[in-house]
Amino acid sequence: MEPYARGRRLLRDQPGLVVVSAVALLLVGDLIAKLLGDGLTAARFGGFVWDGLVIGLLIGLAGIGLSLTYSILGFANFAHGDYISWGAFSGWAVAYLLAGIDRYAAGGLLLIGAGDGPAPGDVGVSITNTPASILAGLVVAVGFTIGVSLLIDRAVYRPIREADGITLLIASIGVAFALRYLIVFFFYSGRQGVTDISRVPAYDIGGVVVNAHELTIVVIALLLMTGVHLLLQRSKLGKAMRAMADNRDLAQVTGIPVEGVIRTTWILGGGLAGAAGYLVVLTQGTIAYDLGWLLLLLIFAAVIMGGIGSVYGAIVGGLVIGLASRLSLIWLTGDLSSFAEPVAFGLMIFVLLFRPEGIFGGVSTA
Amino acid sequence: MSSDQFQTGRLTQFRELLERSDAALVLTAMAAFYLLFFVVGTILNYDIAGLISVLGQVTFFTAVYALIVLALNLHWGYAGLFNIGIAGFMAVGVYTMAMLTAPPTGSPPGLGLPVAVGIVGGMFAAALVGLVTALPALRLRADYLAIVTVAISEIIRLTYNSPAFSTFTLPGGITLGTGGASGIGDFPSNPLRAIYYVDPSSAASETTPIGTAIFGFFESVFGVVRSAVIVELTYGLVLAVIVFLVYTLLARVGNSPFGRVLKAIREDEVVAKSLGKDTNRFKIKTFMLGCALMGLAGVLWQGFGTGAVYPQAFRPQLTFYIFIAVIIGGAGSNTGSILGGAVFANLLFLLPQYLPNIIEQTVSIQAEPNNFVAAIGPIVAGEIAPLLGYMLNQRLPALRFVFVGVLLVYLVQNRPEGLLGHRTETAAAVNLNRGHTGSDLTGPEGGVDDE
Repeated sequence: MEPYARGRRLLRDQPGLVVVSAVALLLVGDLIAKLLGDGLTAARFGGFVWDGLVIGLLIGLAGIGLSLTYSILGFANFAHGDYISWGAFSGWAVAYLLAGIDRYAAGGLLLIGAGDGPAPGDVGVSITNTPASILAGLVVAVGFTIGVSLLIDRAVYRPIREADGITLLIASIGVAFALRYLIVFFFYSGRQGVTDISRVPAYDIGGVVVNAHELTIVVIALLLMTGVHLLLQRSKLGKAMRAMADNRDLAQVTGIPVEGVIRTTWILGGGLAGAAGYLVVLTQGTIAYDLGWLLLLLIFAAVIMGGIGSVYGAIVGGLVIGLASRLSLIWLTGDLSSFAEPVAFGLMIFVLLFRPEGIFGGVSTA
Repeated sequence: MSSDQFQTGRLTQFRELLERSDAALVLTAMAAFYLLFFVVGTILNYDIAGLISVLGQVTFFTAVYALIVLALNLHWGYAGLFNIGIAGFMAVGVYTMAMLTAPPTGSPPGLGLPVAVGIVGGMFAAALVGLVTALPALRLRADYLAIVTVAISEIIRLTYNSPAFSTFTLPGGITLGTGGASGIGDFPSNPLRAIYYVDPSSAASETTPIGTAIFGFFESVFGVVRSAVIVELTYGLVLAVIVFLVYTLLARVGNSPFGRVLKAIREDEVVAKSLGKDTNRFKIKTFMLGCALMGLAGVLWQGFGTGAVYPQAFRPQLTFYIFIAVIIGGAGSNTGSILGGAVFANLLFLLPQYLPNIIEQTVSIQAEPNNFVAAIGPIVAGEIAPLLGYMLNQRLPALRFVFVGVLLVYLVQNRPEGLLGHRTETAAAVNLNRGHTGSDLTGPEGGVDDE
């Protein structure tokens, strides 16, 4: 009798949750049926999972910073996507410069082929062809984005540190605009090819085609995530961040250097955003001034799903969103495939409606 | 009294009038904008038809921005609902209108209904989508509502953009569609043209008696033969009347018992609840009304203003323009909304389009490098012209966005109450602080539940 009564209470209190769970179960059942039948080959399914993991790791990587600033500074940073874009552009400018300086003029290389600059096929940037320039670009992307986020914090957010979340959110929209169109000012507004994808080796692992760029992304993302994990576990930083997210005034009176922790948060979040932006270009093969903005809603989805303030939540949320947007293509075939992104946004809305504290119970693990 | 003193007295009087009367302020501002663009047109050696066209644009953009900003002010300024999905609600309005009224033989086909049905249908659809958004989302914190609304606006845009619904057949066998990425080009012509033309869809058609009289008047008095600019100007003026009507409607709503509850919710929702008001119901109604107005603005602006509808017009940028306009004007003030819309439309949207031409009238800029390095290189040799040419001819839109972003940050930091936001509209029906200029600021943060 007890489970029955509980079930009825659940149905009465949270009818939406029951419907969502039912739909999820239905989809899983259909997926298994498709895999067992002829609807879906294992290789195709594996391809979707691999794609979802790659983009999911990047969303998670970028989400860590958004999640930390959201919980510690108390606002949704709409400029985070444009930190990502700046990471991509600054990093690839340097990667281009190093890869092609022996053959082309520095100007066209620094602008990633703007105007009359060299075409990507001619520069030939790829992880196997020019590994050193790719790694140097990554370092620059991280460093530059850290610089940008610290500068903006000093100029924009610090003077209004005590303002409420919506005021800061509006300021971040202004920052987003300025940053995004500064990219257009210096570079260009179109989407342009960057990597020399034709010369990137691909491997067939059980029918799933995996290329060297995707492998690079997975390795670097996992390394960075482990680094963040160790940093937060081995130093007092994680504890200080948790304390600040909980109550900034209380943290201050207990002797936590509030501004210092905020700066560290930006360094961590900005650096990871820059790395994520740089790596996104590595998997997409193209660069565009609004690439970060286009990812931002997916990152918000991941962060909210994982619970704001949770680093591990952001990573898991990123993987869930990445997998969901790719696996939805199993059902969204043909003309409907353009709904992969709306599916991810829809997932986020469902999480906000039924579990606004995030799937992982909103426990800040910082 | 010497003439000097007399003049200072007049000036003080005028300033007092502006402080007291919102209508005087808006009219003065508009006069200033018309004068500014008249001067712009003169500098650019426009003929009279060109000048009328410029002034028509000023009227049009001021009116459409004022309209949409008023709608947003109802959400944010009155009820404290931080909706950043405006572009999506506008898209629903204009798309519904286009799908209802496009000819059944068109590509994509529509239902071929009259324009009036289309406009009402568009507003109704926008209100309905608003209801679907509001029902669950209003329980959320302000920043979550922001994220949800922007996500919904993107879902709406991507849905219209998708080839899946480019044409589809309803169960009854009726075919219609969104046109996918290329949108709907078979848009009904502006109903206003029926005043001037026998066949409103063709500018080459016979003119009506009114059309003949007005076109003849402009031709004989000003020598204007381009009738299109006159139609444009008329549309702008009709829009101005619509703005006035909406303003009156919102002022009435604001001063009604309904509006007083809204202001109470904005100030303190718990208090409003404890007085037995079903605050969620009030919020949902307000959200729907605002969305209907956004749908109307979509129809009048992106629809009849552009003459076609396509999904790229409804990117989130549009939403943020409108937000900046509200912040310039000051959230919570209807007059401020109109003024903010006018300032944004004229100074930040229209003026930059004329700027390169004006500057080239005075400074000759031949060099037009197509990338930043080629533009910055000659600086070493003391040549600034390439950089100017690059900025003005290649990257002006981008610079405008950068400026808008910086302006937004500046306003948030220094003038969160906007230009007119300090004119707090109190919840009380009578004036509680007569002779005392209200100093309690109801800026963008007013009444928003900050955790």
